Amino acid sequence: MNKQETVAFNGTKEQEAKLMEAIARHKGTDGALIPVLHEAQSIYGYLPIEVQAMISKNLDVPMAEIYGVVTFYTQFTTEPKGKYHIGVCLGTACYVKGSGDIFNKIKEKIGLTGDSTCTPDGKFSIEATRCIGACGLAPVLTVNDEVYGKLTVDDVDRILSKYTD
Amino acid sequence: MEMVTISINGKSISVPKDYTILQAARSAGIDIPTLCYLKDINEIGACRMCLVEVKGARTLVTACVYPVNEGMEVFTQTERVRKARKAVLELMLSNHNKKCLTCARNRNCELQTLAEELNVTELPYEGAQTPSTIDDVSPSIVRDNSKCILCRRCVAVCKKIQTVGAIDATQRGFNTTIGSSFEKSLNETDCAMCGQCVSVCPVGALYEKDGLAPVWKALADETKHVVVQTAPAVRAALGEEFGLPIGTPVTGKMAAALKALGFDKVFDTDFAADLTIMEEGTELLNRIKEGGKLPLITSCSPGWVKFCEHNFPDFLDNLSSAKSPHEMYGAILKSYYAEKAGIDPKDIFVVSVMPCTAKKFEAQRPELSGTGYPDVDAVLTTRELAKMIKEAGLKFNELEDAVFDSPFGDEATGAGVIFGATGGVMEAALRTVADVLTGKSLDKLDYTEVRGTEGIKEAAVKIADMDVKVAVAHGLGNARKLLNNIREGKADYHFIEIMGCPGGCVTGGGQPIQPAKVAAEIDLKAERAKALYAEDKAAGLRKSHENPYIKKLYEEYLGEPCGHKSHKLLHTHYQERPKY
Amino acid sequence: MKSLAELEAIKSKMKDFVDMRREDSACDHADSVRATVLVCGGTGCTSSSSPKIIKEFNDQIAAKGLENEVKVIQTGCFGLCALGPIVIVYPEGAFYSTVQVEDVEEIVTEHLVNGNIVTRLLYEETVQEDSIKSLNETNFYKKQMRIALRNCGVIDPENIDEYIALDGYKALSKVLTEMTPEQVIDVIKDSGLRGRGGGGFPTGIKWMLAAKSPNVIGKYVCCNADEGDPGAFMDRSVLEGDPHAVIEAMAIAAYAVNAEQGYIYIRAEYPIAVKRLQIAIDQAREYGLLGNGIFGTDFNFDLEIRLGAGAFVCGEETALMTSIEGMRGEPRPRPPFPAVKGLWEKPTLLNNVETYANIPQIILNGAEWFTSIGTEKSKGTKVFALGGKINNTGLVEVPMGTTLREIVEEIGGGIPNGKKFKAAQTGGPSGGCIPASLMDVAIDYDSLIQIGSMMGSGGLIVMDEDNCMVDIAKFFLEFTVDESCGKCTPCRIGTKRMLEILDRITKGNGCLEDLDKLEQLAYSIKESALCGLGQTAPNPVLSTLRYFRDEYEAHVIDKKCPAGVCKALVSYKIVADKCKGCSLCARQCPVGAISGEIKSPFTIDTSKCVKCGACVEKCKFGAIIVE
Repeated sequence: MNKQETVAFNGTKEQEAKLMEAIARHKGTDGALIPVLHEAQSIYGYLPIEVQAMISKNLDVPMAEIYGVVTFYTQFTTEPKGKYHIGVCLGTACYVKGSGDIFNKIKEKIGLTGDSTCTPDGKFSIEATRCIGACGLAPVLTVNDEVYGKLTVDDVDRILSKYTD
Repeated sequence: MEMVTISINGKSISVPKDYTILQAARSAGIDIPTLCYLKDINEIGACRMCLVEVKGARTLVTACVYPVNEGMEVFTQTERVRKARKAVLELMLSNHNKKCLTCARNRNCELQTLAEELNVTELPYEGAQTPSTIDDVSPSIVRDNSKCILCRRCVAVCKKIQTVGAIDATQRGFNTTIGSSFEKSLNETDCAMCGQCVSVCPVGALYEKDGLAPVWKALADETKHVVVQTAPAVRAALGEEFGLPIGTPVTGKMAAALKALGFDKVFDTDFAADLTIMEEGTELLNRIKEGGKLPLITSCSPGWVKFCEHNFPDFLDNLSSAKSPHEMYGAILKSYYAEKAGIDPKDIFVVSVMPCTAKKFEAQRPELSGTGYPDVDAVLTTRELAKMIKEAGLKFNELEDAVFDSPFGDEATGAGVIFGATGGVMEAALRTVADVLTGKSLDKLDYTEVRGTEGIKEAAVKIADMDVKVAVAHGLGNARKLLNNIREGKADYHFIEIMGCPGGCVTGGGQPIQPAKVAAEIDLKAERAKALYAEDKAAGLRKSHENPYIKKLYEEYLGEPCGHKSHKLLHTHYQERPKY
Repeated sequence: MKSLAELEAIKSKMKDFVDMRREDSACDHADSVRATVLVCGGTGCTSSSSPKIIKEFNDQIAAKGLENEVKVIQTGCFGLCALGPIVIVYPEGAFYSTVQVEDVEEIVTEHLVNGNIVTRLLYEETVQEDSIKSLNETNFYKKQMRIALRNCGVIDPENIDEYIALDGYKALSKVLTEMTPEQVIDVIKDSGLRGRGGGGFPTGIKWMLAAKSPNVIGKYVCCNADEGDPGAFMDRSVLEGDPHAVIEAMAIAAYAVNAEQGYIYIRAEYPIAVKRLQIAIDQAREYGLLGNGIFGTDFNFDLEIRLGAGAFVCGEETALMTSIEGMRGEPRPRPPFPAVKGLWEKPTLLNNVETYANIPQIILNGAEWFTSIGTEKSKGTKVFALGGKINNTGLVEVPMGTTLREIVEEIGGGIPNGKKFKAAQTGGPSGGCIPASLMDVAIDYDSLIQIGSMMGSGGLIVMDEDNCMVDIAKFFLEFTVDESCGKCTPCRIGTKRMLEILDRITKGNGCLEDLDKLEQLAYSIKESALCGLGQTAPNPVLSTLRYFRDEYEAHVIDKKCPAGVCKALVSYKIVADKCKGCSLCARQCPVGAISGEIKSPFTIDTSKCVKCGACVEKCKFGAIIVE
């Protein structure tokens, strides 16, 4: 019944040292768990069980509680992100301008079905985001830090073709 | 206490200022349905069953958490209230696996009761179900989230009272489920298997792992010599399963029922409790004499032992190496008793009826097989025994009292009986240790300073010319507190009794389940403990070392407490376990 | 910062430099600086490369050796996001819209060197024959009144001196040196300011309640910057454009309620706002405007940022505090109210960003000034984020009591493509849809509640005839179901059941009883949910049922979606009269559902059609219709 880990954990010593430093910095302050999780995710890119275990041990918070917090907040993820992470805004402004179709088209194009969010080769991952605040450009999507606006479904191929390597 | 006057359904009442509407209503004899509410433990207003109308409030409010204030007008049964409660219940039922007939909690389910009480006659909101799984991997506890109504009582008791936190709310919204980290089985977590979550679950989402099948099978097997033993606390609560008042001792009827079920021998774990005192008491005296590791901490509570292995590995050497009573009993049954009765130990099937779910885990420990066979073959909870009795069609309340079988059973001491209540092991040990240290048979029997339901009890007991410093903790949260104090050098003791469950074994995770409403009114641990102390008081012998069969056992077989043979059969060791 | 004099010194040093870029100022230079280029650094414009534009300006200006005469300033949001990236050059006030990196050279050479305004890049409405129209006279800005946004798009949010130049921290100094906490609370009470985050609770009363709770072992002042309503971004804009206003206001609040520690809970999705806020906090600390003994008094106050992690419910005040405490952001029952038992069970005052942004102005200009703006029960202004089917998407701040018509038709520039206004959604997932028949209602807290919506944080999404109201209701319910924390039964299961019913309806499987059931469920949830979000979650459904019941009925009785949105209910048809038989549609159809002979009308086989709409887009003759 355990969740299948899609990608094996391969954290480095450097990452661990950074995490320990972050924990040491926050330990003792009230409500340290969420700030530590933020830092851990920025160090590792995601929050696999190994990372949560280190936090549990060093912050003295039960594993189940950490998992409960991680799964409560959408920004925390236990799955790695793809090399190219696509965020499609499904905020109201974008939605009424058809971003739902764009989202589906991308999923189809990168070959994702069901609930999976990351392609097995780790190249693309996709996420439906809340309003990212670029409503003037609706509908918008982001690929890593790049923002694409005023899109139609037909733009999907063109955008994806930029990320072939 | 400052009082305020409020009116409920037009009736004016005066209640303490810090009361909630629920407390006020119940004090006035007005019932308000609740589900998530668990007095002092889970007061989160989540389930919304206890909605009431308060004049001037914009929406309905939850009585369980809403404080009263002067002049407040409350209405608990208006049309608006009835409709809202029913809608909440209908919604809850729409996401509940309604296989009531085959549910572990059929006819003892708070949700089922409410459906009847609120007269739910149709289910208008059927729809998708929250994805759920059944975790039946652990030997002790099964979690079936399809039954879960997310009241979170289990989470509260696990995290706040037991300070384990093996389970918590995970995911969110409609997908919220109670679970452990990464949906692991409880077996792969630091769960102590204490079963307190089971005790507080209002529905059938948490129950013990079924142990009945192998027991029925053994009973039907002619080649098996099936021996059953019952823990002290079982007799104090089993009657509740048959409608008897809380705190009614049913020792005689229980023995009769077990005989009627066809067990070849019906023994009393009290005997092994006396044996435990001999071994543990001697261990304590030895450690004091030889400057061994102190404090010595009791090890008869398997929930506590597992908790210690996960959380306090630095205290493993403080744990008494004495096995828990039923395990000792099993080992004696498969050695001394087998020899005496001329039965091949492989044909002996030992069943322990325990107030405990952790005992199921304990019985599976490979190190607990001093004879080459598992000391105990099957562990049933008090609830499971009741199921057996019902399934066999026995009219429990009409059974004529019977006594336990010889050669061990018919003469247990009062010291063994009180093992089932918090402080009982300590008191029993003190009775024996005091006699040994002074070399006299002392008249002092009652050590009331270690009795009672306070979380941590401390006492300095003067024995001979020595001040024996003792402490008693029950509930793992209290255990944690106590050990942290010792770790930090804030306290030190010679001897500590720790029980995993709040109240000790009488309110163990395997005991009959009372609805939260009842538990809010009646102190289960106190009432059930009373039954045990009464039996102790009435007992002919009240000191373990005076038990003639214990003496005989040492004379004929074991030699001396903590001797070579004891060591092999009656002692064990512990191992550090990871937190996840 | 030990005294007002120190503050005044900074102000006078900066005055001309900042004044030059104020529409109502005649100042046209500051020492050697003769021109200022303001580039919007809000999230919208940043997304369309405004940082690259800034770099290009700096490079070009340096190349021309103008760096001492012309200064480039990155500001917060100007509001007119639809025209971003926006660049304004002062003292002329030339408003350049949709500026591309390639346009920069022209602006520098023509405008800044040669003194000729680049007309082709000007915001169309400001172009006049021989001059440029002041922004304040354009339709977009004319009816606006900027209090909360007063410094947004004017100052450099990363430079505390610019904030001080526009009277920044003067209110704090006034409060600390001239007023008692009671007097401060009285001013806020008298101003009639109500919470801008949603419910509209009177801010002064909130402060009074928090002040009344004794400070035994700590007390907190918090800022709710967890703006989560889809389509609302005013709080982000304030933090990006004028972070010090919030810091100053929180210090004032802390003084008023006797707190020493503050927290700003902000969405992690707002990286620019977080960064600027942190810079602002650091600068305020450096100036002694945060810390111990502020303005030489014995008042101490410091602030910490806490990041959200993606949970809409954390905008609810008790959930926000639970989240700061490091737990799942689940609301807890009230009472006890935060003013009595809030963060870590200590008395806590919580206001939202926009509410705070009004405070310094109220202190400086007095309660009477503030009450002169707005309606009887809703004073001051409100910032709205215009989005959806509207020309001028962006951020506007208008006096309370402005009508929806003024906002949509005048400020918002109407609906694109000549479509008809159908409804405006306010209040996000807690609000409702306002139909065209109510466009002339003067908008304030109470009128919106009365018509079944609510102010919420101020998102205003415009819908035209192409939007299906059942689909919109479903969209909001989907949002609520996604964002429900899962703690209480009615919200966790009830909203899901409502969504299932809506889903049935939009798929053509609904029946009339479903509408009743929907309504019943909606009222049950409103009555029984634990927190404000749960209690308001049914509003989008209730308001659309109230004003657009005919659309629901069309879905369940006629099995039609009048707006042609719900795919299961529409069918594509070729109008024979209009079809020229060109076959373009047939060639476009991915499933081969269209057939016919060249030069005679084609037909669509509806059993094959997947309703992708490709044919409609290709048809040059408008011959394909959706029914």
